[in-house]
Amino acid sequence: MKILLIGFSLIVLLGGCSGNWGWYVVNPMTESGSINLKFLISGLYYTILLSVTAISISVVVGLVVALPGLSRNRYLKASNRVYVEIVRAVPILVLLLWVYYGMPQLAGIAIGVFWAGVLALALSDSAFEAEIFRAGIQSVDKGQYEAAHSISLSYADTMRFVILPQAIRRVLPALGNQLVYMLKMSSLVSVIGMQELTRKANELVVTEYRPLEVYTILVLEYLVLILIVSAGVRWLERRMQSDVSR
Amino acid sequence: MQASGTEPIIRVEGVSKSFGDFQALKNVSLTVALGERVVICGPSGSGKSTLIRCINGLEQHQSGAIVVDNLELDHSAQSLKSIKVKVGMVFQQFNLFPHLTVLENLMLGPVRARKLSKPKARELAEKYLERVRIPEQADKYPGQLSGGQQQRVAIARSLCMEPSIMLFDEPTSALDPEMINEVLDVMAELATSGMTMICVTHETGFARRVADKVVFMDEGEIVEMSEPEKFFTAPETQRCRDFLGKILHH
Repeated sequence: MKILLIGFSLIVLLGGCSGNWGWYVVNPMTESGSINLKFLISGLYYTILLSVTAISISVVVGLVVALPGLSRNRYLKASNRVYVEIVRAVPILVLLLWVYYGMPQLAGIAIGVFWAGVLALALSDSAFEAEIFRAGIQSVDKGQYEAAHSISLSYADTMRFVILPQAIRRVLPALGNQLVYMLKMSSLVSVIGMQELTRKANELVVTEYRPLEVYTILVLEYLVLILIVSAGVRWLERRMQSDVSR
Repeated sequence: MQASGTEPIIRVEGVSKSFGDFQALKNVSLTVALGERVVICGPSGSGKSTLIRCINGLEQHQSGAIVVDNLELDHSAQSLKSIKVKVGMVFQQFNLFPHLTVLENLMLGPVRARKLSKPKARELAEKYLERVRIPEQADKYPGQLSGGQQQRVAIARSLCMEPSIMLFDEPTSALDPEMINEVLDVMAELATSGMTMICVTHETGFARRVADKVVFMDEGEIVEMSEPEKFFTAPETQRCRDFLGKILHH
């Protein structure tokens, strides 16, 4: 991983020596370069806010969708399958366009760029979260339900205090992957004008005509962001596992 | 068969139960008096576990009646709820909650199901940990304890619900031999305190020492039922003699 990174930065830096590169657009030593660089980095705010809001919603929705999928009732089970299959089948970009341009016409309510993005990302992700939770809950031993039954816990308490805490520990790596996926997919929201990382880069390219340098910076921005998030997820995982010495 | 003059606290009448094509219980009837200690034994697949799992509603019986403390266990949520709180259960695999400490395992039921305050529940938990002789392990996680200690915690967890009846489903079968006695001692102590108990176990020493009656099951039926001395020395049926021959000579 480190070797890759060093290699990549070397190519980028050395590239600056040849005639094809023009690092001046983002040179922090010059006034215009530093303004451009700040402009690019300022997109981080909405990329992170959008992804975190969307994943928070999708985790809750995913859980609500997962629970009927575990029921013995055939209709509840079917409702879970229908939701998951339909939502998973629609590409995120298509869902985004539909939510932003289509839904206002249908429902007669205008929805801002930010919430359209959140809605599309959360909706699309919730189907995956539902599948992750279902697998996690199913992996908890059935003896745990029996023990909860034997001490008279209600269904809600059994889930809240016994099953979910164990299931969530097991699905944490998968949830972390979804967050990374979400951060990447948030770049799609640039097409409806959300001022996040990708949109900022696009706008700068249009004014400066330096796609190579600007998009290289964009790649690095995502790379750094995601490496930090991945490290955070791994740290959390280790911490939660050390709670249970099993 | 019953201790004289006492009301039966559990009545099982003509109960049958099938899993698909397999009939686990065939028209089983059994009464247990208040304070009585019953040991159920029999070969694996004979329906012993299924019988006690039906008594606390973990399995639903398909015909016949189960009456616990004058409440009939039908399939309604209400009857299940009222019977569950009267009946404690200890499992072969302990089934402790691995993400909670010993104390939290014990307090969960009292706080959430019995609606006791936390200090009350804690007091109760400490009292029963004392009783199963591991007060010093309160803050450990189940994974840090030996099998015998885990099973004693599981017994204490059930006792914290202050049930009138305790069911034991092969409580020592998953234990290393040197840990069996510490669990049996706790169970024997519980028996002398007057708890109504039904134990599925092959521990013949325990059965002789503690049981008021021994029930022998085979192929989903109760084949023989008698006092422990008579059961182990002069069994009436061939099936029972064959079974005892297999478990006694090792």
